Amino acid sequence: MSPILDVKNLYKNYGATAVLHDINVSIEEGDFLVLVGPSGCGKSTLLNCIAGLEPISGGDLFIGGQNMTNVSPKDRDIAMVFQSYALYPTMTVAKNITFGMKVRGVDPATQEAKLKHVAAQLQIEQLLHRKPGQLSGGQRQRVAMGRALVRDPKLFLFDEPLSNLDAKLRVEMRTEIKALHQKLGASMVYVTHDQIEAMTLATKIVVMKGGVIQQIGSPAEIYNRPANLFVADFMGSPAMNLIPAKARRNGNGTKIEIARKDGEPIVLTDTRNTDLPEDVIMGVRPEDIADPARLTSEHAQIAECLIEIVEPAGADTYAVMQLGGKHVTARLHAETSAKAGAQQSLAFDLGKVSYFEPETGQRLN
Amino acid sequence: MADISSSGGPSMARSQSQTTKLALRIILYLALCIFALFYLMPLFVMITTSLKSLDEIRTGDLMSLPRDVTFDAWRSAWSEACTGIQCEGVRPFFWNSVLIAIPGVLISTLLGALNGYVVAQWRFKGANIFFALMLFGCFIPFQVVLLPMARMLGVMGIAGTIPGLVFVHVIYGLGFTTLFFRNYYVSIPDELTKAAKVDGAGFFRIFWSIFLPLSLPIIVVTVIWQFTQIWNDFLFGVSFSQAGTQPVTVALNNIVNSTTGVKEYNVDMAAAIIAALPTLFVYVVAGKYFIRGLTAGSVKG
Repeated sequence: MSPILDVKNLYKNYGATAVLHDINVSIEEGDFLVLVGPSGCGKSTLLNCIAGLEPISGGDLFIGGQNMTNVSPKDRDIAMVFQSYALYPTMTVAKNITFGMKVRGVDPATQEAKLKHVAAQLQIEQLLHRKPGQLSGGQRQRVAMGRALVRDPKLFLFDEPLSNLDAKLRVEMRTEIKALHQKLGASMVYVTHDQIEAMTLATKIVVMKGGVIQQIGSPAEIYNRPANLFVADFMGSPAMNLIPAKARRNGNGTKIEIARKDGEPIVLTDTRNTDLPEDVIMGVRPEDIADPARLTSEHAQIAECLIEIVEPAGADTYAVMQLGGKHVTARLHAETSAKAGAQQSLAFDLGKVSYFEPETGQRLN
Repeated sequence: MADISSSGGPSMARSQSQTTKLALRIILYLALCIFALFYLMPLFVMITTSLKSLDEIRTGDLMSLPRDVTFDAWRSAWSEACTGIQCEGVRPFFWNSVLIAIPGVLISTLLGALNGYVVAQWRFKGANIFFALMLFGCFIPFQVVLLPMARMLGVMGIAGTIPGLVFVHVIYGLGFTTLFFRNYYVSIPDELTKAAKVDGAGFFRIFWSIFLPLSLPIIVVTVIWQFTQIWNDFLFGVSFSQAGTQPVTVALNNIVNSTTGVKEYNVDMAAAIIAALPTLFVYVVAGKYFIRGLTAGSVKG
């Protein structure tokens, strides 16, 4: 079966400036693809290109196996939810939801039935006669979703749909979108700058920067094996610790030396990666630096570190130290004995570290 | 003074500043009232004069109220006063003005809305230059276009006709109406257009179903503006009309300037008020929307 969405060698220029550079992505039916990146990385432009709202400068675009490169948005069998919701202000909720069907000439009985179904699904029956101006942010969000759902398209497109909501509502709606995706089994493309949204929702993530795809993969792949320094730094909160280090080959493994502000460097032995260059940047997730008693990995190695700051965050306590000239965060359990200004022995899980080439930023292991 | 306020403490100072505030307020309102009276004076003179008989005008005071209120002058102005050789009052010309103003306002508003919609929401290459040129059209002095326009109307075969005058006013109004609608529509998020496109609506459908229903405030502004412009216009009216198609402003001029013998001030005043009534009416009815429309910014929803 052909992929539901297939983007091939897509380019997009505004005059002389290239906005999207050689984009290749495809998703299967039922996939939840998240495009994530900092603002200005071209993710929204890519979504608009997929929707047909922006013409593309090169490449091809297939939806449901059909070449849609030059097809107008209304014939692409898509539905889109916008950041500002883009509800028609002068129409009631019901009219907003049925507008598309009215334009396409669907008969009124079907319109009514579909409206009822979607309203029940999203629990907005009591809002149908209101105008968008009389709705709260979360309600508008629901109506915008309803407008998309009623179309029953091959592909749903979401352009930062949650970024106008407050933090609590955002988490609720996130769960709801995920539930909806599971229930409908629909194919979705979702743009966000929020890496947590990307991790929680996606079955497949595309990380973008400056109009270029940095990495495509499942959330676990992106999180555990970032392709370069940008992805490593962008995905995850608190961010991955990126520590400059020296690698020296030594018998059955590699000795990783990390400079300290005062005193001897920390030396860890990595038995798995044996062909590293001398200068590397070691990427360690905060949860991979932990109390020795709690980290039971066979690749764990223990080192004494001077804790500078302790930040209790409820479920976890973050300890900040200085290694290799950088602030390094460790995620410790809530009842840790770590104290600011005191030495603490910490276990580094070398089974999960990433190594990057300092110049190019590319992954080494 | 300084002694008192310093020894009196903060409460004294506060009450004193409040007294000053009140005094300033009274002076302000007094000044505003005087200005208002000053500006209303001509209207007062016009109305009282139009209600007096000629005898009373000759013998009485300009500022005095009429001793015997008579509507003869109004009747005469409406249907009997002479404009040159014709003596039918301003009535036929009043209808000419209506026939010019209503289509002129409607067409220029509709076209301005379409133009503004295109320039604000369907950005095309050169849209900015197009809009700048359109704006430039607002500032071309009337005198400059008189001769070319006369030639143009001749070529089109509508010289001296009411459709000809409508045409002139539509052309001249487009710059302003486009400006109004463009500035209004530019504040509407373009995601609205995008959403409608995905929903399958086309250019006119989006305009008709989504943008026009949003536009009531700016339509009111444009209608008031255009109506006032067209109704009050004299230069185009006198240049591009002929006997039988002259607007009321031209007729008013003729009544005032072509009387022979006794100057009938009361008739002149009545005719002037009749000529001004429609614009006055529009302001009174739609004035509050005018301000609201001009200040209406972004559309929430």
